[in-house]
Amino acid sequence: MDALEPVRAADVADGPPEEAIGRLTAEAVGKTYVEQDRSREVLKDLHLTLEAGRVTVVMGPSGCGKSCLINLLAGYEPPTAGRVVLDGRPTAGPGPDRLAVFQETALFPWLTAFENVAYGPKIRKELKGAQLESAVMELLRLVGLEDFRDKYPAQLSGGMQRRAELVRALANRPKVMLLDEPFRGLDAMTRGLMRDVCLTIFRRHRGSSLFVTSELDEGLALADQLAIFTNRPAKVKKLLDVPFERPRTDQLRSSPAYLALKAEALELLHEEAVKSFKTGAIESADFVEAYGALA
Amino acid sequence: MRLAGRLKKTFGSATTRRSLVSLTTFVVLWELSARLKIPVLGAVPSPAETAACLVQEIFRAEYWRSWGGSLARILIGFAAAQLLGVPLGLFLGWSRRAREVIFPLVEIMRPVPPLAWVPVSVIFWPSAELSMIFVTFLGAFFTVILNIVEGIAAVDERYLRAAASLGAGKSGLFWHVLLPASLPSVLTGMTVGMGITWCVVVAAEMIATDTGLGFLTWRGYVAGEFPLIVVGMLSIGLAGWLSSGLIRRVGLHFAPWLKN
Repeated sequence: MDALEPVRAADVADGPPEEAIGRLTAEAVGKTYVEQDRSREVLKDLHLTLEAGRVTVVMGPSGCGKSCLINLLAGYEPPTAGRVVLDGRPTAGPGPDRLAVFQETALFPWLTAFENVAYGPKIRKELKGAQLESAVMELLRLVGLEDFRDKYPAQLSGGMQRRAELVRALANRPKVMLLDEPFRGLDAMTRGLMRDVCLTIFRRHRGSSLFVTSELDEGLALADQLAIFTNRPAKVKKLLDVPFERPRTDQLRSSPAYLALKAEALELLHEEAVKSFKTGAIESADFVEAYGALA
Repeated sequence: MRLAGRLKKTFGSATTRRSLVSLTTFVVLWELSARLKIPVLGAVPSPAETAACLVQEIFRAEYWRSWGGSLARILIGFAAAQLLGVPLGLFLGWSRRAREVIFPLVEIMRPVPPLAWVPVSVIFWPSAELSMIFVTFLGAFFTVILNIVEGIAAVDERYLRAAASLGAGKSGLFWHVLLPASLPSVLTGMTVGMGITWCVVVAAEMIATDTGLGFLTWRGYVAGEFPLIVVGMLSIGLAGWLSSGLIRRVGLHFAPWLKN
């Protein structure tokens, strides 16, 4: 019965949750795809720890294997080397303790917003009746969708779909939330609003979070730590601590410490982008454009 | 008052107006070509003659027995095709092994036009009625199976992954994802199948029986009552249109998310 509880003051307040759960570790993880006689190594000897109550933002060249890592962490694919450990126990297969949200919506088109959010707790028989109703409505209110409870995903805007999907994950009180460029494809204004929604979600979420993005400003607004990935085969090039208090104000964003961190991140990203570009990865062209010009 | 509102909504819409314009234009051109004795087209009975014949037919019990006969065959054949085809299609879509065993058979049987089955089924089944129902059944059966199997194959993996993550087991994946996700293809299969069914039943009635709308049309030809041929054709068109519309309505009732 611990899948959903009413919000308590402690959940809403900033700061680490009282009970730390959701420490997810990728230990020497590797993934190689073999197609006929060719093999493609996407991840190599990757070490990364997602700490409970903290947000890890991952950035790196396009096509470097970030989505692949999310598939491994979520349990959709097994790693070919190493292992993924959650709170001391190796993981196997997908489960409600590790929920992923991808850039393309995976809301079930045949269920309403309410039914989508209720799906997990309902099929696991953790909540039913009035309890389920109030828990789901509370989450829909959290992201401003209470008036859209009976709409099907196709009747919602792109931003609404993303919000519904975020709370659908949150409804299961996962230990780990894995977000793979969830705001890609949204317009700039919606994206800004979604960033705030995400901060709200992270405050409610007690476990660890991984957030993949290609926007450095977005990453720095959300991150407790920033992991910069190398070009393929990907591993963590550098882990940067982002020790600023949230919400991160304009004032903070013009402070020397923030700017220094941003410059360091840009330089690292630029190095990898250029490498990726030189190896001829077509996807990297727009990445170089974004970060090459800036650095 | 609700009826008045609905009528206004239906006939006031631009779509309906355009349909009415096109239908009216068609009838006017048809009447003109009959009156002006345009070659080939002029040989067709004019709308006026057809209408007169239709009015006559409407008051004859035999006309309605023709409707009844065809509808009964369609209903039984089509329903049997759904009852067997939908579960079989779902099973084939679900189980790779079953697909590998059974699908080659389906692939070979499917391209055989249902009408090519008429001689065999007349020999095989004890009555003409049953043999007609059987070919009607075949017309819808393979279409339904094929559409479902393709529909399931096209189900986006991200829905299956999401459901698995949220805690769905194997049966949950089937009932909560594969079944609803393949419903649009089931409906397409039913609509196409219904069209084929009408083609088949009408043709079969011309060959093998003395009832039904197909037979009515054929009788018009044999007896030289040309307006009756057109009445028969129009009735078949109307029946086909009504049954497709019915499938659509029932389908949207069960799959309301497809409405927009």
